[in-house]
Amino acid sequence: MTGTADRVAPAEGGRVSRSAPGGLDTRRATRTTKQSSQIAAMVWGAVGIVVIALIWEAYKLLGPSDGVVIAGARVLPRTTDLAMPHVWDMVGRLAEPVTRSPSALPLWAVVGLAALTTLGIAAAGWLVGVIVGIGLALVMQRWRIAEWGLLPWIVISQTVPLIAFAPVVKSWGSRVEIGAFEWQDWMSVALIASYLAFFPIAIGALKGLQSPDRIHEELMQTYAAGYWPTLVKLRFPAAVPYLLPALRLGAANAVVGAVVAEVSTGLQGGIGRILIQFAGQASGDPAKAWGPIFGAIVLGLVAAGSVALLGVILKNYRRTEEAA
Amino acid sequence: MNHSRRRFATIGGIALAAALALTACTASGDGTGATDGGTDGGELTPVKLQLQWLPQGQFAGYFAAVDQGYFEEEGLEVEIIPSGGDIVPQDALANGDVDYAIAWVPKVLGSIEAGANLTNIAQIFQRSGTLQVSWADSGIDSVADFEGKKIGSWGFGNEWEIFAAMAAEGLDSSTVQIITQDFNMNAFLQGDIDAAQAMTYNEYAQLLESVNPDTGELYQPDDFNVISYQDTVGAMLQDAIWADTERLESDEAYQETTVAFLKAVIKGWVYAADNPQEASDITIAEGSGWGPSHELWMVNETNKLIWPAPDGVGMIDEAAWNATVEGALSAVNEAGASPITEEPPATAWSNDYISQALEALEADGVDVTGEGFEPIDVELAEGGN
Repeated sequence: MTGTADRVAPAEGGRVSRSAPGGLDTRRATRTTKQSSQIAAMVWGAVGIVVIALIWEAYKLLGPSDGVVIAGARVLPRTTDLAMPHVWDMVGRLAEPVTRSPSALPLWAVVGLAALTTLGIAAAGWLVGVIVGIGLALVMQRWRIAEWGLLPWIVISQTVPLIAFAPVVKSWGSRVEIGAFEWQDWMSVALIASYLAFFPIAIGALKGLQSPDRIHEELMQTYAAGYWPTLVKLRFPAAVPYLLPALRLGAANAVVGAVVAEVSTGLQGGIGRILIQFAGQASGDPAKAWGPIFGAIVLGLVAAGSVALLGVILKNYRRTEEAA
Repeated sequence: MNHSRRRFATIGGIALAAALALTACTASGDGTGATDGGTDGGELTPVKLQLQWLPQGQFAGYFAAVDQGYFEEEGLEVEIIPSGGDIVPQDALANGDVDYAIAWVPKVLGSIEAGANLTNIAQIFQRSGTLQVSWADSGIDSVADFEGKKIGSWGFGNEWEIFAAMAAEGLDSSTVQIITQDFNMNAFLQGDIDAAQAMTYNEYAQLLESVNPDTGELYQPDDFNVISYQDTVGAMLQDAIWADTERLESDEAYQETTVAFLKAVIKGWVYAADNPQEASDITIAEGSGWGPSHELWMVNETNKLIWPAPDGVGMIDEAAWNATVEGALSAVNEAGASPITEEPPATAWSNDYISQALEALEADGVDVTGEGFEPIDVELAEGGN
């Protein structure tokens, strides 16, 4: 990891649209193509969902009811209503109340509320992950010795299995009490989420901070710019194309971490909790168990989408492939 | 890299290490405590109770005791902590995270042998609620028919009754194929398991609220063969309240809290026996996700495991305890392992606190034996809803 340029353009960079130089007409034309391409993207997204639903129903209709078993291993699932409820049953179930109880909300509302709870926890975990990850990257970039000392530990940290980690975090959390501040159970979950989220961010940010060409660093030196101006004017802008995919990975990790940690520590209110709760009711009410699964999917999309928004805000810094 | 930078790095490293060490100290420094006295909530003593699973009718008595203010009457402010997939109640108790924990006896016996210092202070469930369910035409009518079959179990210490019952029949446990069950009965309904483990209060009801695709109606009890471990030698004691042995021996405030806690718990279970519908509603309000009919079934079946209690609810029957220990010693799983290899220490159970609690309640005129207990009839709706 030297300061010399690593010219492999990160995946994120390829999507930057280059507006063609030219007159007003061309620009307007570009705008309309942009709009129509957005509409096309939405249409194709919807088509994708419909195709998956069709494949589901087609397999359910045509597939053997006991699934496909090769050498004792079931490679395709059973097609019974128990294993694969009809698409319309699953969607219809979302509109029905979660239980017969008079105070019961519709299933979609329960799933939505739980998903929002988990999203909040994951967002808190992601933020902590961003701060810790970028902080570590800054330290590692600044001092080579810190990179040598910390990087192996950062990698090792990700090999600790969550099943061992979760009870320990919860146990520590239950003893933390500083003045009026008392550790809440959701903080344990957010901490675990941040533990999974900081890793890609630290690695991506380090790579990004180290990415400026030696020639640019030397230029800054000829300007007699110190560490901070170089950091703000050169390293951070150069790090953005590396940071955005890392932040997106971090967001996905934070969501997965939050859901798993909810199950693991038994936190009430989130999507992880209703995942296992409704899984227990899947024999008598097979369609219900799919509700939280859809919720988790939407949750992941929203988390990744929020980071995409961040990419829009930072779009001025996403043109390294053009500058290089 | 010049000298000053290097020094900076060293100082930074030391500061980081120091910060970590300090965090560790604060984390382990102050314990939770029933003994800390009432700092919040007026004069009430804070108590943490760790359940062994999500809130559900199985724990209705504890929720009822909170809801009806029984704990408050005893000067306690009880926080009930549900468990999740990876929270082991007896570990949380041994770590000092909570003051009391609900757990099955054979599982805790294993933890005690591994070094945990815990005492069973009240045997809430007097009977085992574990069943092994097979199809009516499967030919599996008793434990003796298990050999060579695919037997379902949840694992994590829930399987020892199976192996104890098999050992008592002289069967070789290596001949059965143990299949791990998940949260529902789908594996059994789809034929992946010949005989599935089921609790009377939960999974058995899950079967009875599922639709039989052949008839289009719910499955009926006569569709299944049900083997109850309570009728076998393999029966083991289940939900018990555990306390920290060392604190019981040395901490007088904890001893008093324990008696007060047990009094309120007994009153909670008396309430659940008299008012199953209300107890079920309370549990749902506490965040249990089951449908109303399933929840009521659960409370009712749980009541049957507790009541009637001839010696008083929570009293540990020495014969049943010894049978559980013997079962745990004799049980050998398909991999050749046993939950325990030697007798547990005498401190593993004590009737001292529950007898004090029962005496005090009897003096107050509370019926703690439930001789006249009559379960209700619960009709399960599809999906438990």
